[in-house]
Amino acid sequence: MQFWLTQTLNSLALGGLLLLLSSGFALIFGLMRIANLTHGALFMIGAYVAASVARAGWGFAMAVVLAGLATAAIGGLFERLVLRRLAGNAQAQVLATLGLSFIAADLCLVLWGGDPIPVSPPAFLSGPASLFGFSFPSYRLAVIAVALVAAVVLYLLLERTRLGARIRAGVDDMPMARAVGIRASALFTSVFCLGAMLAGLGGAFGGPMLSAYPGLDADMLPLALIVVILGGVGSLMGTFIASFIIGFVYTFGTALVPDLAYVILFLPMILVLAFRPTGLLGGARA
Amino acid sequence: MTIDRRSFIAAAATAGAALAAPSLVRSQGTAEPLRLGLLTAKTGPFASGGLDMERGLHSYLAANDQRLGGRKVELIVADTGGVPSSARTKTQELVERERAQVLMGPLAAFEALATDDYMRARKIPVFPVAAAEDMTQRKANPWLFRASSTSAQCAHPLADYCAKKLKYKRMVLVADDIAYGHEMTAGFQRVFEEAGGKVVQKLFPPLTAPDYGSFLAQLNRDADAVFLGFAGSNGFRFIRQFNEYGLRGKLALVGGMTALDEAVLRNMGDEALGIVTVNWYSAELANPVNAKFAGAFRKAYGYDPGFYAACTHVSASVLDAALEPLKGQPFDRESLRTSLQKTNASTARGPVKFDAWGNVVGNVYVRTVERKDGRLVNSIIETYPDVSQFWTYDPKKFLAEPVYSRDWPPARNLAA
Repeated sequence: MQFWLTQTLNSLALGGLLLLLSSGFALIFGLMRIANLTHGALFMIGAYVAASVARAGWGFAMAVVLAGLATAAIGGLFERLVLRRLAGNAQAQVLATLGLSFIAADLCLVLWGGDPIPVSPPAFLSGPASLFGFSFPSYRLAVIAVALVAAVVLYLLLERTRLGARIRAGVDDMPMARAVGIRASALFTSVFCLGAMLAGLGGAFGGPMLSAYPGLDADMLPLALIVVILGGVGSLMGTFIASFIIGFVYTFGTALVPDLAYVILFLPMILVLAFRPTGLLGGARA
Repeated sequence: MTIDRRSFIAAAATAGAALAAPSLVRSQGTAEPLRLGLLTAKTGPFASGGLDMERGLHSYLAANDQRLGGRKVELIVADTGGVPSSARTKTQELVERERAQVLMGPLAAFEALATDDYMRARKIPVFPVAAAEDMTQRKANPWLFRASSTSAQCAHPLADYCAKKLKYKRMVLVADDIAYGHEMTAGFQRVFEEAGGKVVQKLFPPLTAPDYGSFLAQLNRDADAVFLGFAGSNGFRFIRQFNEYGLRGKLALVGGMTALDEAVLRNMGDEALGIVTVNWYSAELANPVNAKFAGAFRKAYGYDPGFYAACTHVSASVLDAALEPLKGQPFDRESLRTSLQKTNASTARGPVKFDAWGNVVGNVYVRTVERKDGRLVNSIIETYPDVSQFWTYDPKKFLAEPVYSRDWPPARNLAA
């Protein structure tokens, strides 16, 4: 019983982290049709910035804020200075994001060195919590809560604000959105900033669970890809659901059949690609 | 005119001698520097260890006037990025373009395997860091001298210590799902079970598992202790998450030779205190070579040398000692090899000699994490002298058995 409960909570915590990681990826992919391969690197930068800020004694809240701002700025600059010049050439854009991810990984190595750096969670969340007579890390419970809040905020942002309406219009039909006066240029930059910021926030919140270490980017990027493919291109709701599906599949997969951990992780993605290429909730748009 | 065979051979021999002569004269005339190539990883996920490899070697050369066995050393460093294909290219570059005469590295086992056939064919004396068992066992390269250890060389004595001194009866083994992790746990299990213990659970998380939550939840709570066979930053993350789950104090932890390296310790806190690990080195060793090395290294870089720094430092000591009797002679790989086989060098890890397969026979230390002068250190609590890669087993019988793996020796006591 305890095994199932702990693993369920583990699944939810991992799912929550994946939600933070993937929703930014899904936003950018949905609107700009760019598979932003820098996303793993942005996640890692978020974790490193959070580690440095927390280490400097500014507190975890500040660490999260600065990680989000730093990655948003990097994302915005990259979109303006590089991707903008490659507009219309999706292949070149994807290659540029891949190149940037390598550069970012090496810069992190220069700046933070090759050793893993722990990120301290806020003091009140650092110990285990007692739940029904067994202990579970309280920080992970907090991550589940944060992810749910983030999901609600993102949902409201997209459904209830003007920016959200513009983004939805752009996702559905970019030429038409332009025709009715939506400025694609500003929209692209703000979405890229937002997506990058979500990756950075994911890194900051993931830091206390995973630590910041070289290679974190490469560990996380495939997970983001799996979630987005499973959830369906352009569907934020699909990404939310897919995050938790992957959280459960990965956690129970590694617990019950550890030898097949990666098979179990990638199998749902392959099945979806084969039988429902638009993803679970991807619309059947033209 | 016809040329008979005898005069042809004579002519060829004369020509050969004439061609060879200038180089002989040159190498005798001036003291040619020794061209030493270092294959390391300064970028990529292994960069932490790779940089330490370079620093350990620099440390040795700086303390010895850039000389090994009286020869001036010309050091050429190549960055493999921890990628096998690139390790191979860089090895060729070092040997063919830079004319390296002796090599150190590479760091990772798969890099060593990717460069193995080339190094063999070129007969380059090499001091690897990688620990793969068969490199000095069933597939030994006669030009390879490993001064660190095989994967299981340190796990054997730790298992002995766990069974006899710590009196553990039931243990869980957790290791990275790579050959290194498999070999280490196999060696541990063999010695632990032969001493009367039982391995009740074996877990192999993927090398790149970012989160160990699902593995922590299934640890067998009836065990006395958990053995950690991790490399790089994985042990560090496992222990942090172990504490996060409130397991500290409920299950004891012991670690293999790379689980709590000095490189990882400097980023850890009190959660590491009291954990017992094993290694062939510790920055705390009191022998004169290490006292000098650890002090100088700490002064230069601000932290304690660990596994990787010690690895190249010890290899340099060995090379230094082996070149000493060859002083004044032109470099000759055959005589270097003969000298290496006979060498008995005093190094930072203690005395080092090699067995017939090119692997070190040397001390192995059981250590525990303590706080000293404000930093965490691996204090030595037990020394196993002159440990061989075959532990106490007969080499012939050992080599007749399959190499250590996930499934060999078979685990017979796993709890359902």
